[in-house]
Amino acid sequence: MDPLLEVSGLTKRFGGVTAVDDVSFQVGKGEIVAVIGPNGAGKTTLFNMISCFIPPTSGHVNYKGERLTGKKIYEMAHLGISRTFQNLQIFKNMTVLENAMMGAHIKLKTNVLAAGFRFPVVKRDEEEAYRHAVAALESVGLKHLMDEKAGRLSYGLQKQLEFARAIIYDPEFVLLDEPMAGLNDAETRKMSECIVNYKEKGGSFLFVEHKVATVMEIADRIVVIDFGHKIAEGKPQDIQRDERVIKAYLGEEAI
Amino acid sequence: MSKLEAKLYGPRWKPFIGFIALILALPFFVHAPHIFTILILIGIYSITTVGLNLLAGYAGQVSLGHAAFFAIGAYVSGMATTKSAISPWAALLLAMAITFAVAWLIGIPILKLKGHFLALATLGFNIIVYILISGLTDYTGGALGLNNIPALSLFGLDLSDPLHFYYVIWALAALVILFSTNIVRSPIGRLLRSIHDSEIATETLGVNAAKYKVYIFALSASFASLSGSMYAHFIHFIAPPTVNTSFSILLLIMVMVGGSHSIWGAPLGTAIIMFLQEVIRNVSHSYLKISGPVEIVVYGFVIVLVMMFLPQGTISLFSRLDAAFPRIRNKTLKQETGG
Repeated sequence: MDPLLEVSGLTKRFGGVTAVDDVSFQVGKGEIVAVIGPNGAGKTTLFNMISCFIPPTSGHVNYKGERLTGKKIYEMAHLGISRTFQNLQIFKNMTVLENAMMGAHIKLKTNVLAAGFRFPVVKRDEEEAYRHAVAALESVGLKHLMDEKAGRLSYGLQKQLEFARAIIYDPEFVLLDEPMAGLNDAETRKMSECIVNYKEKGGSFLFVEHKVATVMEIADRIVVIDFGHKIAEGKPQDIQRDERVIKAYLGEEAI
Repeated sequence: MSKLEAKLYGPRWKPFIGFIALILALPFFVHAPHIFTILILIGIYSITTVGLNLLAGYAGQVSLGHAAFFAIGAYVSGMATTKSAISPWAALLLAMAITFAVAWLIGIPILKLKGHFLALATLGFNIIVYILISGLTDYTGGALGLNNIPALSLFGLDLSDPLHFYYVIWALAALVILFSTNIVRSPIGRLLRSIHDSEIATETLGVNAAKYKVYIFALSASFASLSGSMYAHFIHFIAPPTVNTSFSILLLIMVMVGGSHSIWGAPLGTAIIMFLQEVIRNVSHSYLKISGPVEIVVYGFVIVLVMMFLPQGTISLFSRLDAAFPRIRNKTLKQETGG
């Protein structure tokens, strides 16, 4: 399989602490890869380096052979990489529909002057954004709530909205930071469903997650991190039997 | 107007028609010269507050330095027309271009700051500009200010006549309001609000948020410059105290009192504060025999009241009125979405 995302030798040191130490792995096209690990293992630091939020001390990330490390955050979307946030970043004072329409903004051509002088491009863009937004809201089952203020939705629905917004412009690759965090069982199932649905449409995923049971269900491959090191990588059934993984999660005595 | 636009942003022309009607009607009822002067000043300041509303209300970038951009407009116009033979309208456009460029250049570094830090940086800029215009005596007249700034004329129409000036300033204000509502009722308006709510999420959606913040900052600064130029030609005089930091704060108070979630909040807030100022001065000086800046105390009180009872600003009273008469609203909505 052609690697879409290549992580090679990523290392991050904060002063004397090495949060992530020489981690390498790949994500192929159409794959769902999960990064798991106990609390404080360095998952979030790793995720932030891959999504260009913080620069690595050494190592780099390539996307389709192009160097991703050092790019600006807004440039990622133009390469076809989308992301969601662990602590939810939706536009709370805007309606569900407007949130979704922002997801399609990258496809639009209106600039400030064109908007001020009301050129025809504005109307075309609004209609295009609306079309994409409604289709995406329909696919995640939020269409009936589109006129609600996003901040008034339940936490689970807000998470779903953030996911919908991330996939509206058809990104090839989606980074999810703890997509199931704070969700109940039904909401978790719904989120897995959305992820698997988008995979079937050709999307690839890398996600960090705490809920190991869900990860086992939907991930094609799992990367396990402990104390900043990659300790295992493989298919879910292999990871479940891996001694180092069991030791990291349950402690030495469990074996 | 398309159905989609009405669904997203509500009616477009309804407030505009009401506004134009009010502007055209007022000169028939207002005859006292000092009240008429206030109406003109409201028109002048509204151009600044509409721009400030785009920046602070929509994009969420609070500026406490807009008096500085007002000053650049007023002084460039004043210096150009008193010390050279350049046409006042050319000077006005030149001032806007200079202000746009200056705001763009200082916007690049300072708009990296957020919240209070940005407000303080813009306040600092205001102080720098204030010191420069007070100190560069040879060019600006220093503390004595610039005198004898000529009146404007437009296609032979003499704007030293207050009535003529009134119509021209409000026509300019209407154009600025139209331009700004167009921005707000477009993907750019949505983008500005999304920067306000979460800049980081806006960036991950492929938007270079920094570029848009700088652009809107420079645009709103050039609006302030336009109103500064008009002020200079109306009063025929400009001096440093007019453009100190308390004027910047006053402009922001106007935006907040009017309502920062609607472009219409800006002219409304400007009108409320200007009339309030007049009433306070009148009452405190003539009846209470208090002198000094009494209005500052009252503004503080007004802000607390507005924030507590009308957090969306005075303009939200209009939508409440609308909601109180659903029958009328439905009827007009049907008419407006029909086309």
